[in-house]
Amino acid sequence: MVDFLLLALLAGIAVALVAGPLGAFAVWRRMAYFGDTLAHSALLGVTFGLLLDINLNLAIALGCLLLALILVGLQHNRFLATDTLLGILSHSTLALGLVCVSVFSENRIDLLAYLFGDILAVSQGDVIGIWVISLGVLAALIWLWRPLLAITVHEELAQVEGVPVVRVRTALMLLMALVIAIAMKVVGVLLITALLIIPAAASRRLTRTPEQMAVIASLLGTIAVIAGLGASFWWDSPAGPAIVLSATLMFCLTLFRKQQG
Amino acid sequence: MSNILIQARGLGVTRNGRQILQHADLTLETGKIVTLIGPNGAGKTTLVRAVLGLIKVDQGNIEKAPGLRIGYMPQKLHIDASLPLSVARFLALGGAPRVDLDEIVQLTGISELINQPMQLLSGGETQRVLLARALLRDPQLLVLDEPVQGVDVTGQSALYALINEIRNRRHCGVLLVSHDLHLVMATTDTVICLNQHVCCQGHPEQVTNDPAYLALFGEITGNTSAPQVAIYTHHHDHQHDDHGNVIQGGKNKFIHRHGPGCGDSCEHHHG
Repeated sequence: MVDFLLLALLAGIAVALVAGPLGAFAVWRRMAYFGDTLAHSALLGVTFGLLLDINLNLAIALGCLLLALILVGLQHNRFLATDTLLGILSHSTLALGLVCVSVFSENRIDLLAYLFGDILAVSQGDVIGIWVISLGVLAALIWLWRPLLAITVHEELAQVEGVPVVRVRTALMLLMALVIAIAMKVVGVLLITALLIIPAAASRRLTRTPEQMAVIASLLGTIAVIAGLGASFWWDSPAGPAIVLSATLMFCLTLFRKQQG
Repeated sequence: MSNILIQARGLGVTRNGRQILQHADLTLETGKIVTLIGPNGAGKTTLVRAVLGLIKVDQGNIEKAPGLRIGYMPQKLHIDASLPLSVARFLALGGAPRVDLDEIVQLTGISELINQPMQLLSGGETQRVLLARALLRDPQLLVLDEPVQGVDVTGQSALYALINEIRNRRHCGVLLVSHDLHLVMATTDTVICLNQHVCCQGHPEQVTNDPAYLALFGEITGNTSAPQVAIYTHHHDHQHDDHGNVIQGGKNKFIHRHGPGCGDSCEHHHG
């Protein structure tokens, strides 16, 4: 096995594992558009990283976290519908990111790698960073599992029962921002939401409990990463899109199965 | 020990420059049922949310008994179809039960439903599951937001009988929001009619004493012995203009007009 392929596989699996449960929440809470907005803002993080000359991964993570906090704040303000707000932020951050990258970077960075991922170019340091964040987010999800489910089902009921709703919801957004920052390496800004949503959606028809759905989503995501990298290795297809297409194929297959409870 | 669970005085809530609630008082006591009625937009839900601590009030204060445990039954429950959640799991989301799960499941009559997905329940079944979740906390106060909404007349009577039984057994206080302006739960101790402020309050009339009502409600509920609903007669000493603001009526003549939310459905017994 070639070294770079092994590193890619390790990075991809780490992201797929955490994308499973987080993607399940994105599906249950209808946060797909939210994920898109965060992902698009990651490109801005790249620009600021270059401008301020700090580590790009750190800059991306900070950018996503910052935007997640801004979104949490704006959602309390009901002057525009959430999807309108997200639509404005999502596309203007993407546009701003594209402009900034081409103006400021003087061709030092490969735009396509950020848009569609460059998993085959991950370094050993990247892989370690991705695993640390992935395991950290997984641990946080397990710790917060019941309150997260409770606010997904009914926020006010959860609040009366003593769940600190605002804090738990903010935590979920921040966790999602972190995962988007690491998933960017694997599938790129434009396809991150797919990696979150598609395995979780495919998992729905195969499962009966929230936990099963989250675990099976991780498993399907992992299979998609392996299949996508295989396609990339043998047929020389771009790795990120191949991973997403593998997940889509599995989703289509689950459509033939009858809905479980 | 005092029996008072919640004492709210002079509550006022303003949102977007509009006064939704003003000078509202509310006292909830152990073992007592309070029914909140009023037209749409009268601030019933706002008052309930204030009592639950879900919103901040702009005026007034709410005193709660220390360590008060509230069981809340929300008006609506929407769970996305993508979330696989059985009734049993839904009940578990409220935390470790403080009372025997089987007993509550029996009491609310949901033992047949326990393994069903939440999304497949009917309106009445969902209400009973929500009630069960509230009861699992062994609440000292039950807050029920329009519990009989979307439930047929028979189901309504059954639910009222159940709420009464719970009150008698567990001796908890009950705050009930009703969507009907005149028919209230028969065993209600106090009815509060709200239209931004407390318009009037009192006891529902004992329809059991009136043979005509008895026959009518016996027929509806299929039970001639104990009708679960009663008529509440409003006694208002003021009227509201089209914005819901109070216009002082002349010398307690019990005249009143309703705000825009009330429409044509008013058939009050005016003094």
